[in-house]
Amino acid sequence: MKNKERTCNPEPFMRISKRGVVMPLWKSLGIRAIALAAALIVCAIVIFAIVKLNPIKVYGAMFEGAFGTNKRMWVTIRDMMMLLCIAIGLAPAFRMRFWNIGAEGQILAGGIVSAACMIYLSKSMATIPMMILMLALSVVAGGIWGFIPGWFKAKWNTNETLFTLMMNYIAIQITAYFVALWENPVGSNSVGVINSKTKIGWFPEIFGQDYALNVILVLALAVGMFIYLRYSKHGYEVAVVGESENTARYAAINVPKVIMRTMFLSGALCGIAGFLAVSGASHTISTSTAGGRGFTAIIVAWLAKFNSFVMIPIAALLVFLDKGAIEIASRYNLSNHVSNMLTGIILFFILGSEFFINYQVRFRGGKQKEVQA
Amino acid sequence: METRKAIHMVDITKTFGEVVANDKVCLDIRPGEILALLGENGSGKTTLMNMLSGIYLPEGGRICVNDNTEVIRCPRDAYNLGIGMIHQHFKLVDVLTAAENIVLGLNEHKLIDLKNVRTQVKAICDRYGFVVEPDKKVYDMSVSEKQTLEIVKVLYRGADILILDEPTAVLTPQETEKLFAVMRNMKADGKSIVIITHKLHEVMEISDRVAVLRRGKFIGDINTADTNPQQLTDMMVGRAVSLNIDRPEPKEPVERLMVQNLTVVDADGVKRLDNVSFTAYGGEILGIAGITGSGQRELLEAIAGLQTMEAGSSIRFMPPGKEEVELVGKSPLDIYKLGVGLAFVPEDRFGMGLVGSMDLSDNVMLRSYKCGKSAFTDRKTPRALAQKIVDELEVVTPSLNIPLRRLSGGNVQKVLVGREIASEPSLLMSAYAVRGLDINTSYTIYRLLNEQKARGAAVMYVGEDLDVLLELCDRILVLCAGKVSGIVDGRAAKKEEVGLLMTHLEEEAKA
Amino acid sequence: MTQLISLFQGGIMFGTVILYGATGEILTEKSGNLNLGVPGIMYMGGIVGLMSVFFYEMNNPAPNKLLCILIAMGCAFAASVLGGLIYSILTISLRANQNVTGLTLTIFASGFANFFGGSLNKLAGGVGQISVATTSAAFRASLPFAQDLHPILSMLLGYGFMVYLAVVLAFVTNWVINRTSVGLNLRAVGENPATADAAGINVTRYKYLATCIGAGISGLGGLYYVMDYTKGTWDSDGGIERLGWLAVALVIFSSWKPKRGIWGAYLFGMLSWLYFYLPGLTRRSMELFKMLPYLVTVIVLVVVSLRRSRENQPPAGLGLPYFREER
Repeated sequence: MKNKERTCNPEPFMRISKRGVVMPLWKSLGIRAIALAAALIVCAIVIFAIVKLNPIKVYGAMFEGAFGTNKRMWVTIRDMMMLLCIAIGLAPAFRMRFWNIGAEGQILAGGIVSAACMIYLSKSMATIPMMILMLALSVVAGGIWGFIPGWFKAKWNTNETLFTLMMNYIAIQITAYFVALWENPVGSNSVGVINSKTKIGWFPEIFGQDYALNVILVLALAVGMFIYLRYSKHGYEVAVVGESENTARYAAINVPKVIMRTMFLSGALCGIAGFLAVSGASHTISTSTAGGRGFTAIIVAWLAKFNSFVMIPIAALLVFLDKGAIEIASRYNLSNHVSNMLTGIILFFILGSEFFINYQVRFRGGKQKEVQA
Repeated sequence: METRKAIHMVDITKTFGEVVANDKVCLDIRPGEILALLGENGSGKTTLMNMLSGIYLPEGGRICVNDNTEVIRCPRDAYNLGIGMIHQHFKLVDVLTAAENIVLGLNEHKLIDLKNVRTQVKAICDRYGFVVEPDKKVYDMSVSEKQTLEIVKVLYRGADILILDEPTAVLTPQETEKLFAVMRNMKADGKSIVIITHKLHEVMEISDRVAVLRRGKFIGDINTADTNPQQLTDMMVGRAVSLNIDRPEPKEPVERLMVQNLTVVDADGVKRLDNVSFTAYGGEILGIAGITGSGQRELLEAIAGLQTMEAGSSIRFMPPGKEEVELVGKSPLDIYKLGVGLAFVPEDRFGMGLVGSMDLSDNVMLRSYKCGKSAFTDRKTPRALAQKIVDELEVVTPSLNIPLRRLSGGNVQKVLVGREIASEPSLLMSAYAVRGLDINTSYTIYRLLNEQKARGAAVMYVGEDLDVLLELCDRILVLCAGKVSGIVDGRAAKKEEVGLLMTHLEEEAKA
Repeated sequence: MTQLISLFQGGIMFGTVILYGATGEILTEKSGNLNLGVPGIMYMGGIVGLMSVFFYEMNNPAPNKLLCILIAMGCAFAASVLGGLIYSILTISLRANQNVTGLTLTIFASGFANFFGGSLNKLAGGVGQISVATTSAAFRASLPFAQDLHPILSMLLGYGFMVYLAVVLAFVTNWVINRTSVGLNLRAVGENPATADAAGINVTRYKYLATCIGAGISGLGGLYYVMDYTKGTWDSDGGIERLGWLAVALVIFSSWKPKRGIWGAYLFGMLSWLYFYLPGLTRRSMELFKMLPYLVTVIVLVVVSLRRSRENQPPAGLGLPYFREER
């Protein structure tokens, strides 16, 4: 035997193996809670490093920013519903393992038609038919925006990740075109608040709340999507296609049809989110109407494993963080992009924690780090 | 024979989750011998050898190489100790050439020096009698060429101990003979060879010594010259099993499926099936033999509506009590709507037949979820059926709600076959239905197929084990390179005859 | 003619940004990691490079130009490697989903970069925008005689050094991947990690190194954008992100061949500027023409999906985590 150099340690430092049994719920929730706590601590350190504010006060201020007044609370709820709506829209696509990174574009598509309705139909329609029309049109617009990459995926297996992504920028440029077209006042390079006096095309007040309709609409969609994915034949087909296209074909599922249908649905729900953003929230349109929420929602949907109800706390957490960070930023006159940074930190931790739920780790010489359940 | 030990494995234990793959196994490998590692599928042979080649780490026990205790942590350690393994699923990179695959990971030179590799490869080939084309891309190679490349790769790295994991599973009898000749050359050169197999005649033919594993435990070892197939079988399965598979005479066979001039061309323009014609009868089992990749998969998939066929192809299906239908041009959905009772157990269980992440009842409804007008799925019927399958086929599962992927291969296959049979098919097609199953489960599957035959269904059985085909099937259709090279009577045919048909097309005339 | 030349120059400028991103991402993807965090990594490279020289220039009244360049490039590269490292830890060691992790990295880094880009000067006690005039000038300096040459020659030679560095890096990456043992091993890791592992290649190390070095190269694109296009200031209009996504698209366009990425990058760069030079466009229709590079990317994606050849496929293991004891 030749004497060759040894390249590896005598014993591995740590060993990783897949869990044989599914972890009990309380334990997996516990791991997530630890990850979240760690993330919040890191966030606090970051904020402290920037503004030198006592970390406990930081979260106090953030809470203040998100829930401090009745109005703030409702704005937080409104934005949470918006994020939830997008995540619900993305759920069927991702369940099908179709990487719909194009929510931003689909939101804008819905937003543009909503804004168009508000501008061009401002004199001729009553509130309820107007709402229904806007809803229907935003469904169609968002749906088409989702359907296009779906069609190409179904026909030619065109890479959907980049296709949907590029559709975002195409939608942004179209929005920019309409912003220039509808500019008000001229030269402001923005559309301004549409129908600010007449409030035509705005969501009507319900129970004295401006945003109650947003909540009702989105929660209804959440329940609907939960049932659709779990109990309908369509939902079953989506799950099978997502697992394996060959299995789907074997099971007599028309795969292209399911892809196109699901992508229309996904785009349509994101279109509704655009309708919410324009008619139910900002009452204007700009290239930043979607504002990156189409990306954040992907992670909401993914972490919730496409379960509408799990999405609610995740969306709530992220929106709280967003509002809180903006509050801190504005108090110190800093850029409010800090919220994206904090969102990223939290998500890194939660993504990393999934590993400890699915795998078990043992260290050299030591016992198993986690007792097998 | 000298008793010095090249490898000495003591009390090796390895678990995967709850499954104990190896339980305190002790095994010796002597220099210059051919050792057959015998055991049923799932007995832990491959796992044990993977620990020797650095793929897995043992959880207990120790390994001595040439009397030194060693920890083999990664494949590089194994190479450095002179151990090389030829895996059942080849470890080759498809888009690279033979020479590139050979030098992979060696980093002998900063730049790739293929000229030098070619000379060395040629030397190895000449020494043992191989043929390797260094500049051929792996994706252009036949299975046998890939296997040769794997062996050359291991020898190039200076291996003295070669482990071959079921090397003959994908070879024709003729190619197997060639391989055995090479193995004898290597043995004469002083190399130790371990051949993992569950085929007894190969053990008898090639090995010097046999070690037997059963359910992860070491049962014993014995010199080949001192034993016989019956004794080895007893060691392998633990008790004497009747090797006879039931084969009742077909009762009133009726024409069920008439395939004519079936031609399938794949996406790369290669003819996978070439003018295939045959008839399958209700009440008989039609076996389909052939080297893996001779068109078996395409044939069954074409009938199930999963392949596009060339013009002139015809598949006439005559379901009992219904009108004859032409299946060419019909999608699986069309066939489902016809309600003609076509059941298909595909080769790739999780890639096609089942959904690994779904539970039992969700899988059971895969073929029938469309029933009824409602937009929602019916949950009760599939659940009852799943329970029935679990009870009748003795599926071992903690509950009906567990993702199917967590069950063992045999139980998964029972669910798949159980579901297909539950539809009371008039045509049942199965591809490699017993691959990876233990003997008991295999017999359960044979029994189920025979029951369908007795019911009057036409059964098509694609198999790889010729002995089973010859004992189970009424007729055997042999495919070779996408063509029918012959159809023989299962009761009268000899194994050698089928083996020849698998490789020689000129036999076509006889069929 | 002048219009054509300035279109060409604009194309080279954006093309260089895209080329850095794409070269780095090709290296990453060759190891089987699909990093959608490229825009984020370019953000990291841009902002950290900018911040480092901002502090240097602030504390030195007479900054050394060479030192400026070294500091900016070193810090940009290091920050980008750090971004790649976060991605690697999550996807390679902790086996998180690659797409989701990449997107998260982009969200994080866009926040990080735009926050510091917008607030740094305030945090440092100053007012207004940060600006690093000296460094930017050093980055933009072309050969002294280039401006006096024939317009065609100056069109080819009249850029800062990073334009040429991008091309050199693309060629070097191409050479490493195709001609060296390390490159061969890397290709094997991306194609079939189990095989590479069995051949004694340390899959984890290769994946980490390729992803981190790839990220470092991508990040230089962000630095170039900041130093050349925005002339040493920060602009939080998402320009880096747009070019970053085009870089990801260019990887497919070039079918994972860095050499092919060079002209593709310049083509994309020029398409981004075409609206500016087309006659007769109103402000409104200009907005529509700005979608041209994205539209072309979509068409390219469709064309690529239509013709499938064995040699132009993505690495077979792209996007999949590798776990040796998978069973």
